[in-house]
Amino acid sequence: MVEWSEQERTIITSIFASLDYEDIGPKALSRCLIVYPWTQRYFGAFGNLYNAEAIKTNPNIAAHGIKVLHGLDRAVKNMDNIKATYAELSVLHSEKLHVDPDNFKLLSDCLTIVIAAKMGSSFTPEIQATWQKFLAVVVSALGRQYH
Amino acid sequence: MSLTAKDKDTVKGFWAKMSGKAEDIGTDALSRMLVVYPQTKTYFSHWKDLSPGSAPVKKHGKTVMNGVADAVSKIDDLTGGLLTLSELHAFTLRVDPANFKILAHNMLVVMAIMFPVDFTPEVHVAMDKFLGALARALSEKYR
Repeated sequence: MVEWSEQERTIITSIFASLDYEDIGPKALSRCLIVYPWTQRYFGAFGNLYNAEAIKTNPNIAAHGIKVLHGLDRAVKNMDNIKATYAELSVLHSEKLHVDPDNFKLLSDCLTIVIAAKMGSSFTPEIQATWQKFLAVVVSALGRQYH
Repeated sequence: MSLTAKDKDTVKGFWAKMSGKAEDIGTDALSRMLVVYPQTKTYFSHWKDLSPGSAPVKKHGKTVMNGVADAVSKIDDLTGGLLTLSELHAFTLRVDPANFKILAHNMLVVMAIMFPVDFTPEVHVAMDKFLGALARALSEKYR
């Protein structure tokens, strides 16, 4: 089981408490599709993804980015049992969505960069370590039910 | 995933904006790497102080960024241009190449923090590709 210190819990809940989902979600997902273009393979039905500008202004991508970010809420509320919390979502990503689990890390890196840009120097090395630990646990849980 | 002409222009353009803060970027990236990926500390057991912003970290951050500056100037032939540095990393330092990716990630985080508006997704992808190509050039002589 993953151990969280009081400080780590505070850092994570505090970041999410002040998170603007409508801003960060779309930015993270569109950045992922631009920086790692092969991830676009999962979004064939989303419309125009021909170039960076199209991706950044695509309303389907924006809506999906917000949805994905809210998906992290479950982990924040259940930090002591993220693996079980995401079992169902893991099955979904494997059996229905057929997402290569390596992609989870790519999106999580883009999310880190977007949060860093937003928080500026208050995204200290310590906070970065906690944030990345949190995302690593989420990523691991989402890949857990693949077989 | 080689660098296109557009990638090179983007890298040179962003580097021109960054280069004034190169030392700070190097210090911050290294500091973050040592905190967020503690396994990287194993390469610096000879340093007295591994805390963020310490003297050895600052000095080494500057060394690393000088290498990056050099790579930008040799962007048209990274493998050839970084031969000596590759030999250094391969035979003397023997840094596991997986760590290049780790340091690159932290450099990108620092770029996002220091240049929140300029570090657009387009600049991000060009810099990520460039740092990847740099890492490959550094790994050239490993085996």
